[in-house]
Amino acid sequence: MRWSRRRKAPVSLRRQFVTPEGVDLRLNLAGAGERATAFLIDALIMLLLLIAVSVFFAMVVTTNTGQSNTALVIIWLLGFFVLRNGWFILFELSGRGATPGKRLLGLRVVARDGSRLTGGAVLVRNAMREIELFLPLSFLVADASQSRLDAIIYILAFSWVALFLFFPLFNRDRLRIGDLLAGTWVVHTVRGELADDLVGVVTTRQRRTFSDAALALYGIYELQTLEDVLRRGTDEAVVVVAASIRTKAGLADDGDDYGFLSDYYAALCARLERNALHGRRRENKFTQT
Amino acid sequence: MTAPLVNATRFRAAHQEAWARLEAIVTRIEKRSVRVLDEDDLLALPVLYRTTLSSLSVVRETSLDRALQAYLEQLCTRAYFQIYGAPGNTWRQIAQFFTRGWPRAVASLWRETLVAALLGVLGTALGYWLVSHDPAWFFSIIPSEMAEGRDPSASAQSLREVLYNGDETDPLATFAAYLFTHNAQVALFAFALGFAFAVPTALLLVYNGLTLGALVAVYAQKGLATELAGWLIIHGSTELFAITLAGAAGFRIGLAVAFPGRQNRLDSAVIAGRTGGTAMAGVVLMLLVAGLLEGIGRQTVQVDWQRYAVGLAVFTGWLVYYYLPRGRDAVV
Repeated sequence: MRWSRRRKAPVSLRRQFVTPEGVDLRLNLAGAGERATAFLIDALIMLLLLIAVSVFFAMVVTTNTGQSNTALVIIWLLGFFVLRNGWFILFELSGRGATPGKRLLGLRVVARDGSRLTGGAVLVRNAMREIELFLPLSFLVADASQSRLDAIIYILAFSWVALFLFFPLFNRDRLRIGDLLAGTWVVHTVRGELADDLVGVVTTRQRRTFSDAALALYGIYELQTLEDVLRRGTDEAVVVVAASIRTKAGLADDGDDYGFLSDYYAALCARLERNALHGRRRENKFTQT
Repeated sequence: MTAPLVNATRFRAAHQEAWARLEAIVTRIEKRSVRVLDEDDLLALPVLYRTTLSSLSVVRETSLDRALQAYLEQLCTRAYFQIYGAPGNTWRQIAQFFTRGWPRAVASLWRETLVAALLGVLGTALGYWLVSHDPAWFFSIIPSEMAEGRDPSASAQSLREVLYNGDETDPLATFAAYLFTHNAQVALFAFALGFAFAVPTALLLVYNGLTLGALVAVYAQKGLATELAGWLIIHGSTELFAITLAGAAGFRIGLAVAFPGRQNRLDSAVIAGRTGGTAMAGVVLMLLVAGLLEGIGRQTVQVDWQRYAVGLAVFTGWLVYYYLPRGRDAVV
């Protein structure tokens, strides 16, 4: 069918994020699945806490009074309210800007405009969660427990929750209504080590030199792919890439594939950088300078 | 000829030390808190952060070493989060919400609050007038399952019982039921429906007033108006105020979406949303207070004038908290 063949560019979650100093940090937004997982983890921990407290109450406090039922209801109502709001607000206000669930998935809450995350914003985004999710759900529970099963109320409440629940899927920044109003979004936190310098590793041997024609084959995209091969590639990949470069450049095989590639990388990198500084930036092998 | 030098090599040699120190500091803050830093590190942090940030700019422009770029990006981001991301002292932020954020948000909604209150009063008056002229209206205003027998055909005796039956019901159960009652739902919907250009919010406020007016009319015809008012006011002063504020917050957002002025529609909604959302956080707390007043206060206080006293005192408390001018202290 026609519509099934229509190509869509993959949805990028990388966003411009300019610090007050004017540098773009290019953050990666959290996907809807990760957000949901983080929330479920939080909800699960809270549920376990709540069950633990109720079991404790049921065992210790209300063994010989008939009050246990209403006391439990109160624990669940008030306790759950205080717990869920305290949980999200206190954890997100702390230096990490993330609940345990978010931390586990490497996410955190950030102000969209690059300014400081304020207490007010955290409060708004969590107060809205109350409205998006918990209150409509508790209406449902209450109606069910009083056996006032009204189909219309069910449908209304469900469509309400569904609307808010899937809201993040309908905008490109994966914002909840709470995020939208509070001016926040949820991003990935990344950690990484500084990898070795491929060129600066001073060799005891003489580096190979290459002719202009051999270096004119590739652009920046190919250079950085070569960088990936050198840093993370398998031996097999190194052999294949070395062979294909040698063929294209018309060079003889000297038996040392890795040495050949790293020398070629160094020479190509130096040449492309020099040209880029002269205003002749070559993005890939198809562009000519 | 020596090996060709690329920019990354030179740049790494010149700045690697600063990056490593920043990374060490940031890692320590991430593991514990900013308080573990000694004075030297604390003073160095902003300088190192900006040094690294400028390294990132330079590397992006001059170097093709992708690993180096990726490393500097993540390091700058982590440092940024520690320097700008954290909202400061948690407890102070929460205290700030109670001392400034909440009352200021509500106070700044005063115009919308007046309109919402006016709509509510209008609805109440209309409901009262309709039902006292023709009791048949009652049944079209209030659904029968909500009236629970409190309709024009009920006897004065049974109506009175509803008002003073505190001994029979369990206060906790009442509280539990309260949280999910009609009025809490009305408050939420009044706010949430504000998105739809505020029209449904206005309708909801009028309708809520109608039901209240109809109920008052039924009791008034049996000469129980003052008793009903006492029964209502003890929690109703808080609850109806909360509903009005929720409606006001809804109006604010609806108007911001409908008439964004010079801003773009989303930005306008965000600005209104901050005020409205903060006020709504307060409204949720007010509804909790109203629930406690209804569940516990109304069952223990059975005398009319005491009910009035409590209801009005709480209401005055809210007014003072929200609208009493306070000193212009530090900028928020």
